[in-house]
Amino acid sequence: MSLKPLLRKLFLVDLIKGLKVTFNYQAPSEAITEQYPLERPVIFERFRGQPRLNSNPDTGESLCIVCNLCALACPEQLIVVKGERNPTTKRKEVVSWTYDLSRCMFCGLCAEACSTDALELTQDYEMALYTREGMVLDQAALERGQEPKRYEK
Amino acid sequence: MGENQPGYREWTMSDSTRTDYLDLDTKDETFLDATELVLNMGPQHPSTHGVLRVILKLDGEKVLGTECVIGYLHRGVEKIGENRTYAMFNPYVDRMDYVASVSNGLGYCEAVEKLLNVEAPPRAQYIRVILTELCRIASHQVWLGTHALDIGALTPLFYCFRDREEILKIFEKYCGARLTTHAFRIGGCIYEAYDGFEQDCQKFCDAFLPKLDEYEELLTTNRIWVRRTKGVGILNPEDCIALGVTGPVLRAAGVKWDLRRAQPYEAYKDFDFEIPTGLNGDTYDRYLVRIEEMRQSVRIIRQAVEGLPQGPIMAKVPKVIKPPVGEIYHSIEAPKGELGYFIVSDGSTQPYRVRVRPPSFVNLQALDKMVRGLLVADVVAVIGTLDIVLGEVDR
Repeated sequence: MSLKPLLRKLFLVDLIKGLKVTFNYQAPSEAITEQYPLERPVIFERFRGQPRLNSNPDTGESLCIVCNLCALACPEQLIVVKGERNPTTKRKEVVSWTYDLSRCMFCGLCAEACSTDALELTQDYEMALYTREGMVLDQAALERGQEPKRYEK
Repeated sequence: MGENQPGYREWTMSDSTRTDYLDLDTKDETFLDATELVLNMGPQHPSTHGVLRVILKLDGEKVLGTECVIGYLHRGVEKIGENRTYAMFNPYVDRMDYVASVSNGLGYCEAVEKLLNVEAPPRAQYIRVILTELCRIASHQVWLGTHALDIGALTPLFYCFRDREEILKIFEKYCGARLTTHAFRIGGCIYEAYDGFEQDCQKFCDAFLPKLDEYEELLTTNRIWVRRTKGVGILNPEDCIALGVTGPVLRAAGVKWDLRRAQPYEAYKDFDFEIPTGLNGDTYDRYLVRIEEMRQSVRIIRQAVEGLPQGPIMAKVPKVIKPPVGEIYHSIEAPKGELGYFIVSDGSTQPYRVRVRPPSFVNLQALDKMVRGLLVADVVAVIGTLDIVLGEVDR
């Protein structure tokens, strides 16, 4: 063995090189861990989270026209929309609207299919529940959206 | 088909628990009176990267033979495809190779586009290239972190996942999901590049190269790393080709085969990049090849961001996708190797058959050839270097 590799081996050059890298990250400012419940993560605009049914802000009536496109687009067939034609206004109105969140994979195909921007996937991400039944959202729950949660011990 | 075929026999339930195919009765001549041992590695073993069960036939610490038992993560993705329309099946393919979901989506969308005889507009192609190359870096980072962790280096895992976060943030900003992205649609992209997309990519490229040098400083010359990887799991080019191994494993054996160059898809013919190859085909060479591939990916991203054309991002595709009767095989260079989709269309809205050629599944075949004669600890290193994702192996 020639002298140079031997010296490199003796003085642990390869290990010290690695230790130098790790030592440079000692400063507390290098810590990147997010302290989740205390620190809220930044959610970007296009995030596909909990679904929401939008209603007209002026009149308060649902934007859904019961066209059933979302139910047809859903790969998991978890949306069930039932509607009836209102004889006075001649418009189709929602009778029941369910969205089974437990089977949803948040692909966003339903929101893309929606012709009136009624169905939307929002930035809400805290969807854990204690019951499976609670995962099936009806129209009221979808319109209300997610309520802000506070975690306490 | 069936009973008249030579070698046919009734399948019984006990077949799945048999171990006699390991040929335990044949006497091994290598050791004198050593008793052989059959050891189950997995399915719940941290370094099998998921739920892979490897039955090892051991002579002391020496591996005499292996048998892989797969299927623990089988979800029937191919069968699901037969019951979904072409657009509906798109999110499912992301869930095969979940650390490189963008590549999976690209391969599927391109295969259906080929079947429909449409081509994505140039801007969509460039966006696709940028995202798939980012995805390649993310996948290699997961590989490097977990592979180094298996061998005993804990630090690269944290550094790799820290830097991968930047890529996932770009994905989240672009398409709204970090892991199972569903970024592309048949005929192009549905999402326009968000404000600051180019700057984010440039910023990532600038910040990533010094980080990559740091990974190399930690590992490339480290004596433990070199001892654990050099000369371990050698696979020569002939065996690679015979086994159908693709991707970095093939290139580390010295075969210059990259589908981005060999049969350019998307906009890859516009970009200037090199195909890194290894010399010995051992674990160390595969490590060097993947590191160099990350550098080349950064080069491609830079060129694509600079040359990002303006224009539409979606080709004219009918709302209800009904491809003509026919079949298509289209393959792309996923981070792990050749990812191919074989789709048979009977002219209806749903595919008649979808078959996926996953790179991990084919590469896993080489495990037995690579580990024979090595020690048990080297099996861990070799599984890591093959870069398998069990979601893709079992589908």
